[in-house]
Amino acid sequence: MWPAVALSLELATVTTCVLLLLGVPLAWALARANSWWGEAVSALVALPIVLPPTVIGFYLLILLGPHGPLAPILAHFGLRTLAFSFPGLVIGSVVYSLPFMVQPVRNAFRELGPAPWEAALTLRARPLDAFFAVALPLAQGGIITGTILAFAHTLGEFGVVLMIGGDIPGRTEVLSIVIFNDVDTMQWGQAGVLAAGMALFSFAVVLVTFLAEKRMARLRA
Amino acid sequence: MLTSKSAARRRFTAWLGAFALAAMLPMSALNAARAASVPVAVAANFTAPAKELAANFQLATGNTLVLSFGASGAFFTQIGQGAPFEIFLSADSVRPKKLVESGLGVQGSEFTYATGKLVLWSATPGLVDNQGKVLSDGKFAHLAIAAPKSAPYGEAAIETMKALNVYDQLQNRIVVGESINQAYQFTASGSAELGFVAYSQVIREKKGSEWLVPQNLYKPITQDAVLLKTGENDPAAQAFLAYLKTPAALKIIRSYGYVTAP
Repeated sequence: MWPAVALSLELATVTTCVLLLLGVPLAWALARANSWWGEAVSALVALPIVLPPTVIGFYLLILLGPHGPLAPILAHFGLRTLAFSFPGLVIGSVVYSLPFMVQPVRNAFRELGPAPWEAALTLRARPLDAFFAVALPLAQGGIITGTILAFAHTLGEFGVVLMIGGDIPGRTEVLSIVIFNDVDTMQWGQAGVLAAGMALFSFAVVLVTFLAEKRMARLRA
Repeated sequence: MLTSKSAARRRFTAWLGAFALAAMLPMSALNAARAASVPVAVAANFTAPAKELAANFQLATGNTLVLSFGASGAFFTQIGQGAPFEIFLSADSVRPKKLVESGLGVQGSEFTYATGKLVLWSATPGLVDNQGKVLSDGKFAHLAIAAPKSAPYGEAAIETMKALNVYDQLQNRIVVGESINQAYQFTASGSAELGFVAYSQVIREKKGSEWLVPQNLYKPITQDAVLLKTGENDPAAQAFLAYLKTPAALKIIRSYGYVTAP
């Protein structure tokens, strides 16, 4: 039980870090894009919200497998597949939780509008400096929301892991899988404890997010 | 402003109506199908023969079967929670017995419909030798098995590895599928180089390499069927169980590599 808790926390942490690095610049680009392709990419990013995890899991199986497009790169590192591995789960989770990071951050950037950014540039700030010193701090609320949601969503991930994880204790057996196995094998005591823990944690996360958003809104007003 | 709002509302209502209609159509079709059909829970290893048997049974009797495939342990739990199956084709004999003991299965209806065989299989030709030596000296990263706690074939795989004294050294290379079907998928796709799967899954497979695990390395996989209380008064359910004992059905079951009672 505890290795699964630790593994889930580790997966959620690593995934959230990757998402901060990938998702924030992506959100920035999407917030500033005015053309149709911006919306197309936004729609693509949002897909995991509406797609069943089995669809994502299926594509990941092909992508990460020994006959997939990544196989030559993997062979370079002496690997045949990324399925059944922690890096494989991270890739799956990044795809799966991407919208939960990108959407709040993109909305925050959009709300800012171009004014602060242009002011900074007028004051001769270099674009990179303006991004880190002006845009990021001002979009803080969205970034915090995105981070919390991406973390919580990854922690609760199930379908994708079931399809590509291979249920290895300590490596790919995350919390939700342990609950699934416990229910399957009638160990309802442990399932109950874990399920209650997940429910409480998720409630706390969503509550904190809502409270933070309310506070931000009041601060802005 | 007002008119556009009410127009939007009208349009919304029209959409809603269309949606409800569209949703009801397949539902009524489903209900019609449900009325005349027998829901059967089938252990994943028996997927292919069950489909063939069901097709023949339907042709002969006109009764339809709705087959669900999964791990025996998962079905056992679901049946305990009131899942509406009328027949359970388990991959072991323990769970059907327990269902009868707990009053969910019909007393005396259990019988062995097949005895399964475990096979070590790889999609790669030549990887598995005919003595299973690959387990102790093989070059592979992943060995797929079914979940030992809920799938009897997974349990048999663990027993085999323990009997061969290779379980400890292989432990961190084992990947677990939630049923034997997923273990097979992991192996057939090549994600796992090796897998302990059901012989019935690979008997029609022409490629790859296999080692039929000797019967003395694991407890016999005696697969029992049981009529559930929900199907006690359903003649179609009883007819299918009777059909499973006919020579024609036994011939099909044997053709997938199972051993059946003479």
